[in-house]
Amino acid sequence: MIDILKERKKQVMTIGTDNQELVCDTKSTAGSVSQRACVFCGSRVVLYPIADALHLIHGPIGCAAYTWDIRGALSSGPQLHRLSFSTDLGEKDVVFGGEPKLYKALCELIDAYKPKAAFVYSTCIVGVIGDDVEAICKKVSLEKGLDVLPVMAEGFKGTKKDGYKAACLALSKLIGTDTEYVAPPFSINILGDFNLAGEYWMLNEYYKQMGVNIISCLTGDGRVDDIRKAHKASLNVVQCSGSMMSLAKEMKEKYGIPFIKVSYFGIEDMSDALYEVARFFDNKDFMDNARLLVSEQLQELIPALLPYKKDLAGKKAAIYVGGAFKAISLVKALRLIGMETTVVGSQTGNDDDYQLLKKLCDLGTIIVDDSNPNELSDFVKQTGAHLFIGGVKERPIAHKIGIGFCDHNHERKEALAGYEGMLNFAKEVHASVMSPVWKFIKK
Amino acid sequence: MEKLPYLTERKSFVATRNACKLCAPLGASLVYKGIEGCVPLIHGSQGCATYIRRYIISHFREPVDIASSNFSEETTIFGGGGNLSVAINNVTNQYKPKVIGIASTCLSETIGEDVDGMIRDIRAKNSHDDVTLISASTPSYRGSHIDGFHTAVLAVVEKIAQKGDVDGGLNLFPGMISPADIRYLKEVLYQYGIENSLLPDYSDSLDNPTWDTYHRIPEGGTPISDIKKMGSAKASIEFGRLHGVAVDKHQCATASSWLEKNLEVPATILPLPIGVNLTDRFIDTLNSIYNIETPEYITKERGRLIDSYIDGHKYVFGKRVVVYGDEDFVVSMAAFLDEIGVEVILVASGGKNNTMKREIEALCPEKGSSTAVHDDIDFEHISEFCHDHTPDLLIGNSKGYYIARELEIPLIRVGFPVHDRFGGQRILHVGYRGAQQLYDTIVNAIIEQKQRLSPVGYKYI
Repeated sequence: MIDILKERKKQVMTIGTDNQELVCDTKSTAGSVSQRACVFCGSRVVLYPIADALHLIHGPIGCAAYTWDIRGALSSGPQLHRLSFSTDLGEKDVVFGGEPKLYKALCELIDAYKPKAAFVYSTCIVGVIGDDVEAICKKVSLEKGLDVLPVMAEGFKGTKKDGYKAACLALSKLIGTDTEYVAPPFSINILGDFNLAGEYWMLNEYYKQMGVNIISCLTGDGRVDDIRKAHKASLNVVQCSGSMMSLAKEMKEKYGIPFIKVSYFGIEDMSDALYEVARFFDNKDFMDNARLLVSEQLQELIPALLPYKKDLAGKKAAIYVGGAFKAISLVKALRLIGMETTVVGSQTGNDDDYQLLKKLCDLGTIIVDDSNPNELSDFVKQTGAHLFIGGVKERPIAHKIGIGFCDHNHERKEALAGYEGMLNFAKEVHASVMSPVWKFIKK
Repeated sequence: MEKLPYLTERKSFVATRNACKLCAPLGASLVYKGIEGCVPLIHGSQGCATYIRRYIISHFREPVDIASSNFSEETTIFGGGGNLSVAINNVTNQYKPKVIGIASTCLSETIGEDVDGMIRDIRAKNSHDDVTLISASTPSYRGSHIDGFHTAVLAVVEKIAQKGDVDGGLNLFPGMISPADIRYLKEVLYQYGIENSLLPDYSDSLDNPTWDTYHRIPEGGTPISDIKKMGSAKASIEFGRLHGVAVDKHQCATASSWLEKNLEVPATILPLPIGVNLTDRFIDTLNSIYNIETPEYITKERGRLIDSYIDGHKYVFGKRVVVYGDEDFVVSMAAFLDEIGVEVILVASGGKNNTMKREIEALCPEKGSSTAVHDDIDFEHISEFCHDHTPDLLIGNSKGYYIARELEIPLIRVGFPVHDRFGGQRILHVGYRGAQQLYDTIVNAIIEQKQRLSPVGYKYI
């Protein structure tokens, strides 16, 4: 019998057994060892890839130290985002206030590194000690003549999702500030791709082949000046909807830019992401180009996947990732290589995503929101999964109980999106599931 | 793709650029992982626990469950007593722990939480009598991870150690070292036949074999009974925290000095035993406490080490090296390098410690007087120093890799964290055997670099 905290019982369901409505969007239970992080983390992961901006974390050292250059978000140009700047508040600052330090730190860093804009993240204690971060940002912005954007990311003020919102709020202040830009026809923005292991570069290539122009990617390989122009796009294409939906909605309201939700993981979803853009522009050339691109890609990919599929047929997988929309693509991608999903969950999925998962997954699949190591290991064991897909914190759970693991977190260094990504995914899953080392584990 | 930004102008910054330290609750969490049946609980926002877990997991590659009291906006306004109580309930129900080790955070300390008072309230309600609750004050704005580590060791001892009849055992506080180091120290004491209480002992709990089923609390850790009897030990040896003095009042007390002052257990505080000289000091201390000779097994290990020093001495002599990491670690590493003829051009730590210079001069008789010693330094300043002084080698954790890469020099990965290689938990630093491994690694890195830069591919050195 799986031991689930009573506060969490409504956040777990099994398809076909207990078709209860899954409760999500709640705060984590104290003491449950949630796999989630905090508001700061949410804002930091979204804004981090903006490579020519200064990212200054206002608070004691921990928050900056733990987020220094860990994301696989690549930049084709500047690398300023890979430096970790902190006001490193000490005891005296906590007593007397951190504003003077913040002001001085910002001015010095802006003078030395000449960023295109600065993001200032306020962490847990900043509000408590009474620092007015917004006022300091305003002051420095006027003095230095560049955008200094406060990101109100106090860790305790909600969940990681609230951090996404804080990041979107900062982004929306930049968007629309380039008033002179004239966009080429058929221009889009990509929202919610972070160019992990160069994934955005692949997508950019696909869309370019179709004839579609990308104005700005939010925020993979991100540049401040591109973000300023983002309001000129005809369409926002949103991946990782959990992080970027609030911005897409705001841009629709403010600039009348419609949006579509896509995913770039797996063949079906990747191809749909291209077709839908062609359909949106109602452009036959784009559709023809997309079809040609997809068929060329698949001609190579499908035979290349066969040997992996042969070995993996019938194997079972458990998925626990940040957002549930990604989980949906993963279920489909696993099917493509012959694997079934027995457990699927996420840290911050919403009701829509979970409803889709319920429809998509087989009878007996466990769906879970905001899980913890105890539950996850029990689910994996109970369903006999051969593979766990998750992030750094899930890896040792899988390995310790002797099953394979695929890293699908924002720290990964392998591209998993697009057609090349699908092949990488199959290779990685295969390398883990088929390794002979599991023979040393007593089953 | 451009290079990482690098400033050619030399100036100081108010901001920390690429911190060469971590925060205090991380150190405390490691200590709690080294107590049998203990679950760490961080009293603050969910992120603190998750970030620290991720950071520790990526080094040890082991499951590391750390609970959080999960502050919300209301908690921050009205206090975290309720959350702490719920968290303790939930951890107790899920994990059935013997101990819950609570570490405070910048948030809980800033709003003035009295965790000890909360624990008393929970106790008064008579709940969880069978669970020992420990709390350490570890706000991120005070000190670094190594301060959090020592603060937690002290908190555990203060809470649990009891006075009893002197039993001849030894208390050993090894400091923040690797599981392999702890295993080695236990082996040495076993060779001596000395009964001991070693705290913290995460040699198993953070380096376990695989399991049939998931273990909520990994095996291993110092048993509570061992900590209890620390008050009746014959003596204590503590590594690190040489100064005892220093930057602020919170660093004064250490576990061994507390035991000496309060329970009359004589304390010897030693630098981490890295290299021959510092390991000799540890071994001599053991010999004099117990009035016995060094076991032959250990003497032979020392002999082989010195033999290898002689074989390889020319390769390392005069090599210019930069060492960085926590204060305890860099001081001993510098002493080891000094004794093999390496010129340590910079000893750097992100922690604040105004006694490091003095310690380096005392422990590095060869070249220590010309070593630059910087506490409270960040990686960008270390990088600038390296660009200006072009060392042959860097020695420290993974986070300095970008400097070594830029300068095209080897990085010897030691200490914590090692996030870009496997086996961080198995790196042996202490004792004669640790020095042997370090020595071989360093000599070979130098030879490899020489081979790499040579137009001739010699395969016979």
